[in-house]
Amino acid sequence: MTAVDQLHSELDQPLSPDAPGAPPGLAASGQSYRGLAGVPLSLEPLSRKDFTSDQEVRWCPGCGDYVVLAAFQGFMPELGIKRENTVIVSGIGCSSRFPYYVDTYGLHSIHGRATAIATGVATSREDVAVFVITGDGDALSIGGNHLIHALRRNVNLTILLFNNRIYGLTKGQYSPTSEIGKITKSTPMGSLDNPFNPISLALGAEATFVARTIDSDRKHLTSVLRAATAHRGSSLVEIYQNCPIFNDGAFDAIKDPATSADAIIPLTHGQPIRFGVDGHLGVVRDQQTAAFSVVEVDEVGEDALAVHDAHLADPSFAFGLSRLTDAGVLHRAPIGIFRDVEAPTYDDLARDQVALAASLGNDDDALQAMINGADTWTVR
Amino acid sequence: MKHVNTLDRVVIRFAGDSGDGMQLTGDRFTSDSAVFGNDISTLPNFPAEIRAPAGTLPGVSSFQLHFANYDIMTPGDQPDVLVAMNPAALKANINDLPRGGVIITDSADFTKRNLAKVGYDADPLTDGSLEDYQVHALDLTGMTVEAVKEFGLTRKDATRAKNMFALGLLTWLYQRPTEGTISFLATKFASKPAIRDANITAFKAGYAFGETTEVFAVRYEVAPAPMPPGKYRQISGNLALAYGLITASRKAGLPLFLGSYPITPASDILHELSKHKRFGVTTFQAEDEIAGIGAALGASFAGHLGVSTTSGPGMALKSETIGLAVATELPLIICDIQRAGPSTGMPTKTEQADLLQVMFGRNGEAPVPVLAAQSPADCFPTALEAVQIAVKYRTPVVILSDGYIANGAEPWLIPDLGAIPAIDPEFANAANATDKSGKTVFLPYLRDPETLARPWAIPGTADLQHRIGGIEKAKDTGAVSYDPANHEEMVRTRQAKINGIVRDIPDLTVDDPADSDGRHARVLVLGWGSTYGPIVAAARRVRKTGRLVAYTHLRHLNPFPANLGDILRSYERVIVPEMNLGQLALLLRAKYLVDIRSYSRVRGLPISLSELARDLENEIDQLEGTDS
Repeated sequence: MTAVDQLHSELDQPLSPDAPGAPPGLAASGQSYRGLAGVPLSLEPLSRKDFTSDQEVRWCPGCGDYVVLAAFQGFMPELGIKRENTVIVSGIGCSSRFPYYVDTYGLHSIHGRATAIATGVATSREDVAVFVITGDGDALSIGGNHLIHALRRNVNLTILLFNNRIYGLTKGQYSPTSEIGKITKSTPMGSLDNPFNPISLALGAEATFVARTIDSDRKHLTSVLRAATAHRGSSLVEIYQNCPIFNDGAFDAIKDPATSADAIIPLTHGQPIRFGVDGHLGVVRDQQTAAFSVVEVDEVGEDALAVHDAHLADPSFAFGLSRLTDAGVLHRAPIGIFRDVEAPTYDDLARDQVALAASLGNDDDALQAMINGADTWTVR
Repeated sequence: MKHVNTLDRVVIRFAGDSGDGMQLTGDRFTSDSAVFGNDISTLPNFPAEIRAPAGTLPGVSSFQLHFANYDIMTPGDQPDVLVAMNPAALKANINDLPRGGVIITDSADFTKRNLAKVGYDADPLTDGSLEDYQVHALDLTGMTVEAVKEFGLTRKDATRAKNMFALGLLTWLYQRPTEGTISFLATKFASKPAIRDANITAFKAGYAFGETTEVFAVRYEVAPAPMPPGKYRQISGNLALAYGLITASRKAGLPLFLGSYPITPASDILHELSKHKRFGVTTFQAEDEIAGIGAALGASFAGHLGVSTTSGPGMALKSETIGLAVATELPLIICDIQRAGPSTGMPTKTEQADLLQVMFGRNGEAPVPVLAAQSPADCFPTALEAVQIAVKYRTPVVILSDGYIANGAEPWLIPDLGAIPAIDPEFANAANATDKSGKTVFLPYLRDPETLARPWAIPGTADLQHRIGGIEKAKDTGAVSYDPANHEEMVRTRQAKINGIVRDIPDLTVDDPADSDGRHARVLVLGWGSTYGPIVAAARRVRKTGRLVAYTHLRHLNPFPANLGDILRSYERVIVPEMNLGQLALLLRAKYLVDIRSYSRVRGLPISLSELARDLENEIDQLEGTDS
């Protein structure tokens, strides 16, 4: 079984149908999407075509964004929600043109601010499913602040972070995820700064759902989207996405069938972390430093392998796994769901406060009484 | 039996350390005066530092109150009475007190050490330097500690009640009612009985001291001011703005969503709105100014009333998002409570220097309606009108207030909310066009032919799914467009839409009564925002001298009222007082080619009415003189 097959076998399993707050239709179909509780269901089944807008898609030939868009449009009908109750907010960058191509409500905003704007949408409308489309420059450079704060607040958003490790729309400058030494138009002698690991960053902000997938693997991408949408709270999905023009081949190691087995560390909840051709590689955790490392299974024995647990309350375990990602040129990276835990969401709590306060009475007399205040006097 | 003198008006300034409770003392005296029926106007003045070193000049906090038996326009240039709780407060304020003014101080605080701290070589209470004033040096600390000793407080806690002793004394001196302050203290300190009782006792002791002491031979009486009948309260600008926004949200049926980041002097609007969630108000304290307005715009997109509150530095950060709101043509309210700049400037001091920033501080042609409130209570109707415009025209609207209006207070004839008309958001709910194949479609930029407003279709509305954003859009369809002719049409249409708001703006009226010979003024004073009070007061003073002067005041800064050009051209001289270096004057000159005389003051304080009156008299005399 290849690493990718192993991923698929796990993620094809239906999600728990008994989660509280799940829309009845989804529960009946064996699916549960707590993240969509409150979003009305479509009376008629929808198809991929219903999520395709009349706009011509204008990405470069061979861009990874096409695959992600197709997977998204193919996946959305499965949710069963009304498409008019779906909002896609994006920032600026190649991938941020995404909303124009999906026939839902969409807001193509300004650079870096999509998560902030989406926070306003999600907090004001429980009946709307909110997706954020962003890139490595948009989310991690100019919008880094908004991303970490949305994650710490646990706003009910599904954030798709298209990471191509380059600035594409501005024609090829290095990005906050580019490897040190990257030669680009703005760094002819090589870039100097240490890149962000988006998964580590998200886990540092204690994001409640953090996953990584690959643009070219539609099956895995779809399964991660499914889990991310099911999660109630902020879901961060990093998508390794190839830019054929300015950073072609950045993810070849994990895409090339000849090398992918040794390059992809598949994360499967409850399973020992084992991969490579014939499963010869595995991940162990050092008792002293708690750091993870890749070893030959033959040398340590199968029982020594770390068993993945995505549901641990403490994010340290997932953070440790995220460190197995190459910071330089990518040769190896964990793929899958790093963390998936339940926590109260900002938007639910904010709505609860408004509802609780409203239960004290909010008719016109109450409004007039507020404005009158305690100290009044009358002039006759 | 003490003698009672009747006065028309009094200005009292309470001054002390930042920790002495001077703002609270001033607030209480204001409340009691307002409830008594006087007209009031206040000027809190405090340092940005929360607790500067005790007893130093930078730590002095003051609160000035003007109360009168007629309608007053300003908190007064100069106090008649200075309550100075320590040497620093005396030194920082004595230059504002006219000769003959009354000083009440706490003599216990005039120690060698405290005097040295502020650079007094000798004790001003004894060295004769204050002999032109009526000085009452009283042991406020000693009398307070003695009065509250039964409550077993530490000396430090006991001493902290001395502001209430001083308030009690002033309450007696000016014959204010006492019930309000007593019930206020009982509520405020309900959970700390010893503190509560000590404060009430100190207040009563101060009052009793006035009655029994020989120090004060005279009490004063300031009769209630005649005001239109109705129910009143006192209100500050930030409070009125918050109430106006909540009321507008209810009238429009749009839940209010505030996205904001704390900043002086706007934070009180965030605080106030966060108390009123029962009226459907959501308050989001964001990670920064940009996220605050971003979330508010997201809420507007989702069909709520998005609001963001800030001051100048925050306004700078919000400009890109305001541009997005201009492009997406969504309703959004931005409140800029101006303070002295540039940069951090003087956060607690007032200024009007953000006008050009809110008019033009965005990339591209990005017109935004701008309204300015002229007084604390005026913030309420200003907020209502801003929401009406934002919703009707699908546009961001800027409300300008400033630190003076935000923190100052005045009496307010409380409106009957039932009499305020509803605001119809007119959400789109159906397709609005037919495509070539005869199929009905929704065009998100198909405009209302009269208002040029586009339809507002909110998520959850079936069949109206659409995509909008900051990229230029094709007319009608809203699709991405880089077509040159389309861009020109869209730029001009967005501008025409904002210009067209003029149809909803009443003509400006000028206050210019004819004299007994039927002559009118040759000089017009035109203001905007918080200069209203000083301008009207100065004009009254000028008229008392027999001179003619006209005045008018702008609420609508973009677009201007339709008749503004005619008004400007009908006076020989137009003077525009502003707390900036002539920003409105620049706009008026550019638009109307009229020679405006700019009158600038940028001291972080309201314009002085006596100075303005004197300067106006000179202008008028000069003009008359050139005729002879």
